[in-house]
Order: sequence, then structure tokens, then C-alpha cells
Amino acid sequence: MADANNVLEVQEIHTFIGQFHILEGVTVTVPSGSITVLLGRNGAGKTTTLKSIMGLTPPSQGSIVLEGQSLVGRRPFTIAQMGVGYVPEHRAIFRDLTVRENLAIAQRKGDDLERRADFIFGLFPDLKRFYNLPGGNLSGGQQQMLAVARALVPENRLLLIDEPSEGLAPVIIESLIEAIRRLSAQTTVLLVEQNFRVASILADRYVIIDDGRSVVSGQIQDLVQDEALVQRYLGVA
Amino acid sequence: MQRTRGTYMLILTLTVGLLVFSFVTSAGDLGSFGTTLLSGLFLGALYFLVASGLSIIFGLMDILNFAQGAYFMIGAYVTYSLFHMDALKGIDVNLRFPLGVLAGTIIGGLLGAVLERGLLRPLYARPIFQLVLTFGVAIVFGEALKAIWGTEGYGWSTVTSFGIHQSQFEIFGRQFGSYRLFVVAVGVALIVLIGLLLQRTRIGIIIRAGVEDSEMVEALGINVRAVFTMVFTLGCAVAAFGGAIAAPFLGANLGMGNAFLLPAIAVVVLGGLGSYMGTAIGSFMVGLAVAVIARFASEFLNQTVWASITPMLLLILILLLRPSGLFGKESR
Repeated sequence: MADANNVLEVQEIHTFIGQFHILEGVTVTVPSGSITVLLGRNGAGKTTTLKSIMGLTPPSQGSIVLEGQSLVGRRPFTIAQMGVGYVPEHRAIFRDLTVRENLAIAQRKGDDLERRADFIFGLFPDLKRFYNLPGGNLSGGQQQMLAVARALVPENRLLLIDEPSEGLAPVIIESLIEAIRRLSAQTTVLLVEQNFRVASILADRYVIIDDGRSVVSGQIQDLVQDEALVQRYLGVA
Repeated sequence: MQRTRGTYMLILTLTVGLLVFSFVTSAGDLGSFGTTLLSGLFLGALYFLVASGLSIIFGLMDILNFAQGAYFMIGAYVTYSLFHMDALKGIDVNLRFPLGVLAGTIIGGLLGAVLERGLLRPLYARPIFQLVLTFGVAIVFGEALKAIWGTEGYGWSTVTSFGIHQSQFEIFGRQFGSYRLFVVAVGVALIVLIGLLLQRTRIGIIIRAGVEDSEMVEALGINVRAVFTMVFTLGCAVAAFGGAIAAPFLGANLGMGNAFLLPAIAVVVLGGLGSYMGTAIGSFMVGLAVAVIARFASEFLNQTVWASITPMLLLILILLLRPSGLFGKESR
């Protein structure tokens, strides 16, 4: 039964990549206005879960509902147009395009890029300085900021962010945490994060995925206090 | 930055080398040197018209369209036929040629759209099948042209619009057809036009982004398949346009598709797969090399075969020096 307080409800999805059965029953609910984090070891299926929601690796079974509308069977561009922003792992910014072009490509009919630019540059002031520089010339941290910024150009209802802290220096991670926290005031966020410290600072809720199945979910504060659970599924004390 | 400078130095060295070779083997005959240079530019412009579509289609869709030469041929046949059709002889000659070019271009574009939507789209997940399919389509188009127009080629027999086909100009005492200069100008204008489209418009930004990562473009809310269709149609239309404007000079014959496809493939690879600038510069380098070697081989070796293998020889040379082509991305 759909809960009106949830922006996204993923129920028991199964996803194959080629002949490999990657997701074997993942259930995730994302309450409106929250930051929900998907946790799990490498290869557990976190990224595939985000890709399945986005329609990039469509599930063969199960349901994905965004505010009452099913996403299953829709193509990624339609899902994006329905208000789902996606920040993939490894950033996937367009290296040959300038910062301005990277942002402009995400603009949709009716979007006011100027107005959104004020909000975006408020979060990531560096991007304003490098507005006309190719994305490939930015540092790793700036590229990550650009990837998040690009997803903020349209006013999305849900933002999927995959491993934002991956490969970044601690000082950059701190500013990214601050930016994600601020943007979550406007958009609901579903995050994949390997760095448990970052996840525990940012998220309100968690879902642990293990071997392609969602195994535990709840409030992040409860998880932080449950060392046995953290040790069992995430391998960190 | 270092690599880019090295690339421009390589282009400059090869171009100057070709010019010096041409000048020396002309034994100081400036007329011969000048006409060789202009022939190179003429060929370069036509190579560009076939190669630009090939390059953008490959960059965005990872499809090497072997049918690109067939679209060039279709443009030439349609334009030739419409211009010479008895039923249309009543139309002013100055209007008939542009109309023929327009029709050739539109028909080429429409056939491109049909190929992409009807045959290639179901094979997006199977690149090898796509390759074989475009090869097969090229053969089918060739046979269809044979069935409609026969195996004999056609030479342009009457005047074109504004007499541009017949007029000549003199360069260092040698006569040179104005029409060839017109083709060069059209080629350069299209380089600028397509360049502006890619750099200054939203669809251009989408195409350039798609060349890097089409999945991400789709995830940003853009219907990439519609962009694929548009780009494929445009690429085929430009090739057909090339054939159409080449027709008054080359006529229409069944060999012209392959005669331009193979150098165009060499251009796309040596320019750097998917690089528009590489394609534009590579087209004129190959055109110049073919013209220089063709004149040298016919004058001194009495053989024409060297001209046809020149694009591949230049390709081998450049790939030895720059394995990813002039402006191609280095594989990581």
C-alpha cells in the first residue's frame, strides 16, 4: 500500500545484468524530505539499485513508484523528466564541455537557469569561478560538485547520488556534506555511500543491501549505536 | 596542451611536406602546382561531406556507417535525374539545379531516417550486427540504383545554374573550373555551419555530450534515441548533399560511393574517431595528399593506383605517429 509520505517506494525488485542476477529482492522506501542512505559492501547491489530506479538497468520484477506513479518500464529520460535527478558514481561529467554547458544540458523547458544558478553557486562557489572552463580541467572535488550541481538544475523531486565522497580529500568531503545537507532542504535524497562516517552524518534513514537483497532498514541513529550490525554487514566497527 | 601543440606541428609538417613535394615535382611550373593544390581542396571538401556524417554518427552512436558512400551516390543520381528530366525542362535552369540538390539531400536524409528507425534501432545492443547491416544496406542501395538507372554512368551534359559549371578561371596560366572552387567554398561553409551547430546550439551541446556519454545524457532527461535519429538523418543528408553538388563535375556512377567512402573512413580514423575538428582537417589533408600523389603518379609513374591507396598510406603514417589519430582521445 503506497504511503503518501514517501516520495519513492521500491518493492522487491529483481534486476539482471546480462545473465547475472544482481538484485534478488530489494525494498527501499524514501520518505519525503529525508536523506536515505543505501549501505553495504562492495558489489552488494547499491549502485544497481540506483540504476534500476533510474531505468538504466530496468528491473525484471518488482515495483518502483515515485509519488504514486510507476517508474517500471519507463525509459531513463522519462524518469528524469518526472523529477528524478541522478549523480552517478565516478561523476560522469562531460569533460569536453564547459561548466556552463554541463549545467545547460540539464536544463528543461521552463527551467530558469539563472535563478537556479544562484542557488547552485551558493552551494558550490568554485563552479562560478570556473564557469567557462572545460569540466575535464576541474579537480576531482570540483567535478563531483559539478555532477551534483548538474542534477540540481531542474527542480527535481528526488535526487539519487552515488558515492559522492569517493576518492575525495577530507576537506572536500566536508564541504560536500554541507552542500548535500543544504540541498536536502529542497529535495529528497537517496544516497549510496561507502564511507560510513559520511553516511552517518548525512542520513536520516538507512537501508543495508547485502548480496543483492535489502536486509535491514531503519533510523541511522539506531544503526550507529548497533556496532554488531555495522560490523556484520559493513565490516566497520 | 603539449599533445595538441605536437598535433598541430605534425599537421603543419605533413602539409608543408606535401606542398614542397608537389612544388618540386612540378619543376617550378606554378600552374601545375596551383591546379594540384586546388584539386586537393576540391577533393578535401567532398571527403568532408561524406566523412563529417560518418564521424558524428560514429562518435555519438558507435556505428560505422558503411552505407555513407551509398548516400553520396543517391544524392548524385537524384540530382542528375531531376536536372536532366524532360518533364522538368520547363523549369528555369537556374532553379532546376538547386531544386535537384535539395531533392537529393532530402531523399538521402529520409532514407537515412528509415535506415536508423527501421533497421538499426533494433540492433543497438549488437554493434557487430549493425556493422554488417550497414554494409548490406550499401550493397542493396547499389543494386537498387543499378535497377533504376542501369549500370552505365552518367556525365553532366548540360549547363548548370548561372553557368557556374562551364566557367573557368586562370591560375598561373592554367585553366581551372570555377565549379570546383564553388564546391570548395560550399565545403568550407558547411564546416563552419556544422561547427557552429555543434558549438553554439543546445542540440550541439547534446551531441557533444552524447559523444562522451550518451547514457548520462539520457539520464538528464533527453531522449537520446530521438537525437540518434536526428544525427543519423543529418549525417546521411550531408553525404547526399555532397553527392548532389559533386554531380555536375563527377556525374553519377556506381563506383563513386566506394571511391569516396574509403577515403572518408581514412579521414575519420586519422582525424581521431568522433572528433569534428579532426575530420575537417583530415579531409583536406587527405584531399591534398591524393591530388599531389595522383599528379605525381600519372606524370612520373604512369600509374593511377597510387592515388587510390594514398588515403590508407597517410592513415598508416599518422596512426604510427599518433595511435589515436590527430585529435582522438588517448585510450586510458
